[in-house]
Amino acid sequence: MATITDPQADRTEAAPLRFLKAVPMVVYTLVGLLVFWELAVRLGDVPSFILPTPTAIAMEFYDYGHRLFPNAMVTLFEVLLGFTLAVLIGVPLAVSIVYSKFMAKGVYPLIVASQTIPKVAIAPLLLTWFGYGMTPKIVIVILLAFFPIVINSVMGLKSAPDEMLHLARSMGASSWQTFWKFRLPQALPSIFAGLKLATALSVIGAVVAEFIGADKGLGYLIVIAGANFDVTRQFAAIICIALIGMSFFLVLERVERFAIPWRDKSDGHD
Amino acid sequence: MSGVTKVFDGRQGRVQALEPIDLDIRPGEFVSILGPSGCGKSTLMMLLAGLIPMTAGEIRVEGDKVDGPTPDSGIVFQRDVLLDWRSALQNVLIQAELRKSDMTKARARATELLSMVSLDDFHDAYPKELSGGMRQRVSICRALLHRPRLLLMDEPFGALDAMTRDQLQIDLLRLCRDDKMTVFFITHSITEAIFLSDRIVVMTPRPGRVEQIVDIDLPRPRRLAMREDPKFIEYTHQLTGIFKSLGVFREE
Repeated sequence: MATITDPQADRTEAAPLRFLKAVPMVVYTLVGLLVFWELAVRLGDVPSFILPTPTAIAMEFYDYGHRLFPNAMVTLFEVLLGFTLAVLIGVPLAVSIVYSKFMAKGVYPLIVASQTIPKVAIAPLLLTWFGYGMTPKIVIVILLAFFPIVINSVMGLKSAPDEMLHLARSMGASSWQTFWKFRLPQALPSIFAGLKLATALSVIGAVVAEFIGADKGLGYLIVIAGANFDVTRQFAAIICIALIGMSFFLVLERVERFAIPWRDKSDGHD
Repeated sequence: MSGVTKVFDGRQGRVQALEPIDLDIRPGEFVSILGPSGCGKSTLMMLLAGLIPMTAGEIRVEGDKVDGPTPDSGIVFQRDVLLDWRSALQNVLIQAELRKSDMTKARARATELLSMVSLDDFHDAYPKELSGGMRQRVSICRALLHRPRLLLMDEPFGALDAMTRDQLQIDLLRLCRDDKMTVFFITHSITEAIFLSDRIVVMTPRPGRVEQIVDIDLPRPRRLAMREDPKFIEYTHQLTGIFKSLGVFREE
């Protein structure tokens, strides 16, 4: 019969193809880009103080890793501590804004208006106040991260529809129960959206703070390398920063999936 | 069970949503409130549920004055407002959780209710995994979990397609048959009101006022085929006529 194909032959032929298909498309693009970069720099004779080759940057990780790693840890610590404090301040603040008229009308507009001040502009001031240590870095991270957390938490806590709150009241829920069993779970997706925005801002905050005045951290390494025209080292530090940002985001996404399991299932069918 | 007497007289803000309304509902009766959009039907239900304060007048449920959430009632809204983070079964059980009832009994009752609306296999499904009709069935089960004497429904089937609607009407009648429960059902569908009710309260457009009360004398249990019954059609004509005279329908 013509319609029946030999399954054995089919399998042997498809095997290498299937292997190629298993690798995500983006990996090919990335590898292609790196190859292009390497060749362009080598063939075009671009000096390494303008643009180093990917292999040179990779070598830099090997040669300079012993300095990169501890400095990356410093930056990571600032990011994590600042972010955690921003959450601990931001979420309760959002709750108070939703529940208190004074906070909503008297304080919330000030918080929103304060966002017109570029935080980078306050950084030198914070340096004067808190010195060169860890403190001004943490403060800047908090200042940057806390706003999306507050805004999104407020939005989320207000998102429970009227009928839901009526229903809660009709079942005799106390305001405490209404918060824990209705408003807060309803707000979780929005709160996590805020947290994810805050991760990127935390990393920016830490690096910028290190630019302005520090004696360790990846931002500090970039400034020093720049002064020495060591572009390769700058690239290595930038990649470290990107890795910190990406892993932080991915970890948070994992936590989100764990905290909001009902969401995951609904996304599963497409 | 003493007689249920309710006297409404409400006013909301500057807009008078309801003219003074007098209404007497008998225990165990299925009453529909039928009227065009914006006639204050929902306001009336919210007042009866004790969820919003009234401007004047008073409501008594079994002799007790309503001045806070009516404890012995269950509510179903047009939106099912299921909690996304709870499974179907847990959504039904929240009623018992908040009322601090015996959870073992509540679980048995919830299982029984869900099985009466053919949701046996969906106890663990999240609301997002259920269809609109299934979701509304879960929300009805939630309202009935504590065997309320009074079931309040605000256009519960308004957002569903015609076929699901028919099925849910039958499901609802089956659920109501066993418990001697008073149902206060808000709708803007004439057919739905006739099919379900013992009495229909016809309301006028804003400001809402009781225009007429129509007794529906059709045998129970009701069957879908009854909708072609001459008596049923006569009721439809009568109610359509009332709304025409009120200017709700204009055919030219």
